[in-house]
Amino acid sequence: MKANLKTNAIWLGLMIAGYYLMNTLILVGVINSFIENMLVTIGINIILAVGLNLIIGFAGQFSLGHAGFMAIGAYASAIITNSINSPIGFYISMGVGVVLAIVIALVVGIPTLRLRGDYLAIATMGAAEIIRIIINNLKITNGAAGMFNIPQFADWATVYIMMCLTTIVIVNFIHSRGGRAVMSVREDEIAAEAMGINVFKWKLAAFVLGASTAAISGSLHASFLQTIAPNDFNIMSSISILIIVVLGGVGSITGTFVAATVLGVIDTILQNFGTLRMVIYAVALILIMIFKPSGILGTWELSFSRILKRIKVKRGVSE
Amino acid sequence: MSELLKVDNLIKNFGGLTAVSDVTMHLNSNELVALIGPNGAGKTTLFNLLTGVITPSSGSVVLAGKEGTFPLNNKKAYQIAKLGLSRTFQNIRLFKEMTVLDNVLIAMTSRYKEGFVSSILRFPSYYRTEREMKEEAIKLLKIFSLDQQTETLAKNLPYGIQRRLEIVRALSTKPQILFLDEPAAGMNPEETADLTRLIIEVQKEFHITVLLIEHDMSLVMQVAQRIYVLDHGSLLAEGSPKEIQQNPAVIKAYLGEEA
Ligand SMILES: Nc1ncnc2c1ncn2[C@@H]1O[C@H](COP(=O)(O)OP(=O)(O)O)[C@@H](O)[C@H]1O
Ligand SMILES: [Mg+2]
Repeated sequence: MKANLKTNAIWLGLMIAGYYLMNTLILVGVINSFIENMLVTIGINIILAVGLNLIIGFAGQFSLGHAGFMAIGAYASAIITNSINSPIGFYISMGVGVVLAIVIALVVGIPTLRLRGDYLAIATMGAAEIIRIIINNLKITNGAAGMFNIPQFADWATVYIMMCLTTIVIVNFIHSRGGRAVMSVREDEIAAEAMGINVFKWKLAAFVLGASTAAISGSLHASFLQTIAPNDFNIMSSISILIIVVLGGVGSITGTFVAATVLGVIDTILQNFGTLRMVIYAVALILIMIFKPSGILGTWELSFSRILKRIKVKRGVSE
Repeated sequence: MSELLKVDNLIKNFGGLTAVSDVTMHLNSNELVALIGPNGAGKTTLFNLLTGVITPSSGSVVLAGKEGTFPLNNKKAYQIAKLGLSRTFQNIRLFKEMTVLDNVLIAMTSRYKEGFVSSILRFPSYYRTEREMKEEAIKLLKIFSLDQQTETLAKNLPYGIQRRLEIVRALSTKPQILFLDEPAAGMNPEETADLTRLIIEVQKEFHITVLLIEHDMSLVMQVAQRIYVLDHGSLLAEGSPKEIQQNPAVIKAYLGEEA
């Protein structure tokens, strides 16, 4: 119990320290608006990729439609804050986005999560495309032109706090009874069922939880950038979220943080290289896939309770 | 002794092949029964039918347990497990990339309620439930001398130990009936003797019914109170170990083949 409190306090301290560090660096001008934009993009990608890693890395369900749920959050916020132009309106819109994403994840998940592997990937990809095409053809979403002049209620701090909150929710879920059930599904469905695990229910739970955090990232994306279009949420954006997960390590949340940051920085540096940028990007990916196919961190996680235990053991030895 | 599981005219066809053909049998409470028969007789298929991994072509399975009488035919595997039927697998199916402790905790999922909100917000009730689950898991692991390896990944355990972990995992669902599919396969004589002792001990201590598939005849004759013999999908004989040893049909079909 005491050890739990200690690790929780360390994590909380780390998050608060990160916040003040950012705040100071922005105040003294080390972080300009260019870098701030990069950091916000990284934060939004972390929210997306942590949720997708829950679905792919922990539940073992190969979903390829994550950007579809992001679109739902983005358009919910864009439409609602247009009429309720206030921070409260923004948080209401975020809530609406989450609820919509949950409903749609259930509608998509109930038939498709019974499929396996490649079929699930194709079905979720198709579902995300349907979402995008519907948005493309609705009046309220302003069709293919997209929406602009969306009121800005999300700044870097909002993104940072939401990144921390969604990660806490997902990491705490992983380290609970539900998380273990979800992982047993990934390991062996037949054995999990034989041990009383309702495999379908837990697959759906992971899928819905991942979808709801994707909607949050969509709300942040829309409100921060103030411009969205259906094409921002196409299959390529689903794939770039997948790349973060795969690169960081399928089944490592720490890896997702590292990969999202590294890719975000590389992407910004390479922006001046034009089309060459895509080539460098691709080569970097291929190299990692060749030399470290399990991703940068594999399934390794940063764990303060483990570090504390190790320190304790060392002290015990030296005494 | 009351009848706990009643199996009537159970049939399973795989295309043209009848893997289980008109099997009628029963298990009493607190009984240790062995199921023997040559390879391909349909023993594992029968286990799969009883635990809901596959559905029978026809016939019925009824559980008359502590909580009442339940037909198991149209139930899903996880529902059957929740009703108290647990098992191990002939070709070990542990959660390989997870620790020994997690393997056991997972099997306790349906017995402990943690609540989504309390685990996300880390309420005291979350820590309490986690602690209770872990204590129970370690107590079980201790019986099987696995409590010193709780953090080892299941895939890194030696083969014989993996089989033991599968039994612990099955027991941690608190079953009324435990199905063991060749638990001694691949074990050396010493490990087998150890396992034999454990199976008897566990059955006594937990007051459960055990149905055991095993090729090691010395193990079977030592532990079984009753034996069913399966051959080409059909029941060939039923009786005490002595009766089975002397049954001419059995000797011809199964024991004779080994001698
Ligand atoms: N899923 C399946 N599909 C087709 N045939 C199967 C399947 N499972 C088992 N069989 C066949 O059923 C027969 C009985 O197999 P099994 O129950 O594994 O035997 P045992 O466990 O007694 O050695 C075998 O001929 C096997 O090939
Ligand atoms: Mg078999």
